[in-house]
Amino acid sequence: MTTSGGAAVKSAPWKDPSARPYVQVDRVTKAFGDFKAVDDVSLKIYKGEIFCLLGASGCGKTTLLRMLGGFETPTSGKIFIDGEDMTGVPPYERPVNMMFQSYALFPHMNVEENVAFGLKQDRIPKAEIKERVATMLDLVKLGDFAKRKPHQLSGGQRQRVALARSLVKRPKLLLLDEPLGALDKKLREHTQFELISLQDKLGVTFVVVTHDQEEAMTLASRIGVMNHGEIVQAGTPSEIYEFPSSKFVADFVGSVNMFEGKLIEDEPEHVRIASDDMGGTIYVSHGISAPPEAIVWAAVRPEKIFMSTAQPAGTDNVVRGAVQDIAYLGDLSIYLVKLPTGKVVRVTQPNTSRHAEAITWDQQVYLSWDATSPVVVTR
Amino acid sequence: MNYKSSYFIITCLAFGFAFLYIPILSMVVFSFNASKLVTVWDSAHSPTLKWYYALLGNDEILDAAWISLKVAVINASGSVILGTLAGFGLARFSQFRGRFTLNAMTTAPLVMPEVITGLSLLLLFVALEQLIGWPAGRGITTMTIGHMTFSMAYVTVIVNSRLATFDTALEEAAMDLGARPLKVFFVITMPIIFPAILSGWLLAFTLSWDDLVISSFTSGPGSSTLPMVVFSKVRLGVSPEINVLATITITVVTLMIVGVSLWMARRAKLDKAAD
Repeated sequence: MTTSGGAAVKSAPWKDPSARPYVQVDRVTKAFGDFKAVDDVSLKIYKGEIFCLLGASGCGKTTLLRMLGGFETPTSGKIFIDGEDMTGVPPYERPVNMMFQSYALFPHMNVEENVAFGLKQDRIPKAEIKERVATMLDLVKLGDFAKRKPHQLSGGQRQRVALARSLVKRPKLLLLDEPLGALDKKLREHTQFELISLQDKLGVTFVVVTHDQEEAMTLASRIGVMNHGEIVQAGTPSEIYEFPSSKFVADFVGSVNMFEGKLIEDEPEHVRIASDDMGGTIYVSHGISAPPEAIVWAAVRPEKIFMSTAQPAGTDNVVRGAVQDIAYLGDLSIYLVKLPTGKVVRVTQPNTSRHAEAITWDQQVYLSWDATSPVVVTR
Repeated sequence: MNYKSSYFIITCLAFGFAFLYIPILSMVVFSFNASKLVTVWDSAHSPTLKWYYALLGNDEILDAAWISLKVAVINASGSVILGTLAGFGLARFSQFRGRFTLNAMTTAPLVMPEVITGLSLLLLFVALEQLIGWPAGRGITTMTIGHMTFSMAYVTVIVNSRLATFDTALEEAAMDLGARPLKVFFVITMPIIFPAILSGWLLAFTLSWDDLVISSFTSGPGSSTLPMVVFSKVRLGVSPEINVLATITITVVTLMIVGVSLWMARRAKLDKAAD
C-alpha cells in the first residue's frame, strides 16, 4: 500500500484560498428519474493535479466525469472549466479530452489515423498533423505500430493508443475513465508510473475515475471518495488513509479494524472510549468533537497494531486474543486474531527477519497500539 | 449415439435439400431444352443455347427486366437512406414517450398483407392526382414509392438491430475529439455499420425485384416489371425463355450472395479480432 501521493503537484494549491481552481463543480446534481446519480456535488480541481474520483460501481463517479466531458447535462448546478461556464457547451467545443474505459478506438482506422482524428477536426495543416502524431506515438512508445489496426494490438498497446489520441490535441484537462481497468496487474503498475511521468511532462490536469483504491493512491494528488452520488471526503491520499472522516471512508480505503464504543472521557487533548466490541478501553491522544457518552467508532489500521506474546505495559489499547488464521504474502503476513468478544482483528506484520520467532495458529497473543494510531469517527 | 455417421441424418439432409433445389435445378436444365414445350425434353437437339438467343431478341422481356432493374436500384438506394435514418433515430434518441409504439409501427409493414398495402397506395395515388395533380398517372415513380414503403421497414429493422450492439463510446469519442454530430455519423457510425447497410440494400433490391402484388397495384401502362410479364405469360403457358430468364437471375443472385457473404465473413473476422 502506497500511502503518499505519487503525483507531481509540489505545492498544494487546494490549501491556498486565493488559488484559482481550474475546474469548479458548483452544487451539481444529476438525476435520472427519481434516482440521483450525482447529488449536490461541489469540487475544486487545480491546474496540474491528478484528481481521482474513487468509489464503488454505481456511486456516480462516471456520471460526474461524463458531465465534465459534456456527455451528460447536469440537472442543476454549474461546471466551470478555466473560469468558463460549461452549461450548454457540447463535447466538441470543450477544451477537454476523454479517455474512455473501453478505449473506443475506431476499428476502421489504423493507429495513426486514430491519433490524427482529433487534429483533423481542427483543420490543422497536414504536415503538422503528421509531425504531432509521430511525436505522440513515440511518447507512448508505439512508433512502430502506426499502420496497425486496433484489433492487431494487445490490451496495453490499445490503452496507449487511446491515451495518445486523447493527449495529441494538448487538452488542458484530460478525463480518464478507469484508464487501467482492462490491464493485468503487472502492466497496470507499470502504466501507472508512466501516466504520472507523462502527466508531469505535459502539465495536463487529470481527472481519473477508478474503483481501485490502490490505483487512486498511486496516481492521485488528491482523491475524492464518492458514495451514493456524494463526495464523502476529498483530500490527499495520506489524508484519506490516515484521517478518514467517516466509517465509510476508513473502511473503503485500505483495510481497517473498527471498534464501536462509548465516549467515557472527553478532554480537549485526549479521549477514552469503552468498547464492548474490543473488550477494553481505547485511549486516543487527541480531542474530538462529539457529545459526551456518544457512540463513536475507533478505526485502527492493521499495520499500526503491534503483536506480542509478552504482555505490554498499561491497560489502555491492549487486548488479548488467539491467532485464528495467518496469510503469508512474502513481504508481509496478515494475522487474523480472534478476541474473547468474538471480534476478529486484522494485523499485518512485515517479515523483516527470515527466521523470526514464529507466531502460529491458535497461539495466545497481545495486541496493542499507540495512542496516536486510532482515528475516531462519529458517523 | 454418434450422429456424425448416422444414415438417418444424411437422409434428412438430402431430402431437405432435394425439396429446396430440385425445382430450381430442373428449371435450369430445361433452359437448355430445344423443345418449345417446356415439359418435354427434346433429347435429339438438346442441350442448346437456342432460347438464350431468343431471349436476347425478346424486347418485351428485356424492357420489363430493365424497368425492374431501375425500380429495384432506386428503391434499394432510397430505402437504405430512409431506413438508415429511421433506424438511427429509433436507436439513438433517448427513451421518449411512444418509442415502443414507433418501433412497432416501423415493423408493421413487414406483417401487413401486401394486397392491403398495394390497395391503400393505389387509393392514395389516385386521390393525390385528383387533389394536386401529382403523380400524373401511375408508372415507375409510383411503383418505386410503393416498393420503398415496405423495403424501408426491412432496412430500418436491420440498421436498428445493428446499432443496438454498437458501442456508443465510439461516437462520444469522436465528438470529444471535436467532430460535430453529423460528421460523426458519416465518418464513424456509417463506416462501422456499413455491412448492415449493405445487407439492407441487397434485401431491398431483392424484395423489389420479385415483387408482384404491389407492382400490379401501383404500375401504369407501359411500366410492367419482370415478375408482371412473367406472370402474365405463364398464364398463357410457360415459354422456355422464362426458364432462361430465371436461370440467369439465379446465377446473378448466387454470385452476388456468395461475394457479399465472403466479404462479410472477412469483416466479421476482423471485428471479432477487434473485441
